[in-house]
Amino acid sequence: MSVQNLETLFQAKIDKEVKIEPRDWMPDAYRKTNVRQISQHAHSEIVGMLPEGNWISRAPSLKRKAILIAKVQDEAGHGLYLYSAAETLGTSREQMIDDLNSGKAKYSSIFNYPTLTWADMGAVGWLVDGAAILNQVMLCRTSYGPYARAMVRICKEESFHQRQGFESLLVLSKGTDEQKAMCQDAINRWWWPSLMMFGPKDSESTNSDQSMKWKIKRKTNDELRQNFIDMIAEQIKLLGMTLPDPDLKWNEEKKHYDSGEINWDEFWAVVKGNGPCNKQRLAARNKAHEEGAWVREAAMAYAAKKKAKELSRVA
Amino acid sequence: MNIKIRKYLYGDIPEENAGGTDLKKTADIAQNNPDAWPLWEVFIRSKQGLDHKHAGSLHAADAAMAIENARDVYTRRQEGVSLWVVESKYIHASNPDDAESFYTPAEDKIYRHPGFYDLPDEVKHM
Repeated sequence: MSVQNLETLFQAKIDKEVKIEPRDWMPDAYRKTNVRQISQHAHSEIVGMLPEGNWISRAPSLKRKAILIAKVQDEAGHGLYLYSAAETLGTSREQMIDDLNSGKAKYSSIFNYPTLTWADMGAVGWLVDGAAILNQVMLCRTSYGPYARAMVRICKEESFHQRQGFESLLVLSKGTDEQKAMCQDAINRWWWPSLMMFGPKDSESTNSDQSMKWKIKRKTNDELRQNFIDMIAEQIKLLGMTLPDPDLKWNEEKKHYDSGEINWDEFWAVVKGNGPCNKQRLAARNKAHEEGAWVREAAMAYAAKKKAKELSRVA
Repeated sequence: MNIKIRKYLYGDIPEENAGGTDLKKTADIAQNNPDAWPLWEVFIRSKQGLDHKHAGSLHAADAAMAIENARDVYTRRQEGVSLWVVESKYIHASNPDDAESFYTPAEDKIYRHPGFYDLPDEVKHM
């Protein structure tokens, strides 16, 4: 069968909503796109632990500390689910981690922003996880089976992340003047970077068309971003806070919120490595990886020793 | 018609990769790295009386570590009461290229299903 025929059959499967599984034939570009997207997604979960880890030791109460630890632990788990999904496409964990640590692979730019106050933990949960969830809910229906299954698992766990974030901000919004100011300040700083999480505008996104056709993505960047704006613009009323966009206004005709223009220069600068914390994040990942090397080696040596002992007992 | 598309060594992980240079390099790295922890498949029994079901995979140095890690990543919210872990290389799978000849023979044997038999309505509980 020619490759052309195989590609036609492949597209027919996708069109019929049949999931693609690891051992099925797939075009090279489909495999590569999935490896790139899933591993980037995994890296984002892993690097995403850093801004929140910053506040574990300084959480204002034992309850908040326990919640934050649980959330960070979830992110590690999500990274693992996704790395495993990417591995089914033939890449290896070592390769992916090398690519992250060397700076070759990308992760979500949002994690290159610093978490400056406790209120940032609430804003990250509500806005950053909120934006992530919209993307992830869509990905539960992505065409690659292992990716979709990982996303279903992740979505089940992620909902608590957003709710705890909103609840945490709700408490601050009813607190002292200082706490209210802290809440508003965190929202001001995280709003625009959260909007950037959906990626470039549809008119400038290079990967979108083919990904839509292959049903890797099922909504465009701009559609998801609009969903997010509509959702948050309503939720913020309950906090009694405002979003830092003077152009934000309900459009009765479109039944959507209109909003101001994102600072795309900032977006590209952060993507290209010039965000506030890019270097710090990569340095932290590299340090953890290097300092954990002896643990990984020791575990293998111990496993080998135990196995040798067992074999000699049998013999 | 009889073109070999790709060979597979075990489980879900392709033996050779059609994804270009990066993926090829990747396979070499994995092979030349004896310190890399092997891959394990995780199966969870969600409650007594139900089957163990595949949940995902993870890397671990040995079975004991695989079970501990599986506990930490796959059962943080009481998803299970029992875990199985199997090193992925020991899983053998049917070949998707053979799926048609392998599974379609069952298609025309509809008499294996209860609905094939037309019985009078008076027959109860059958």
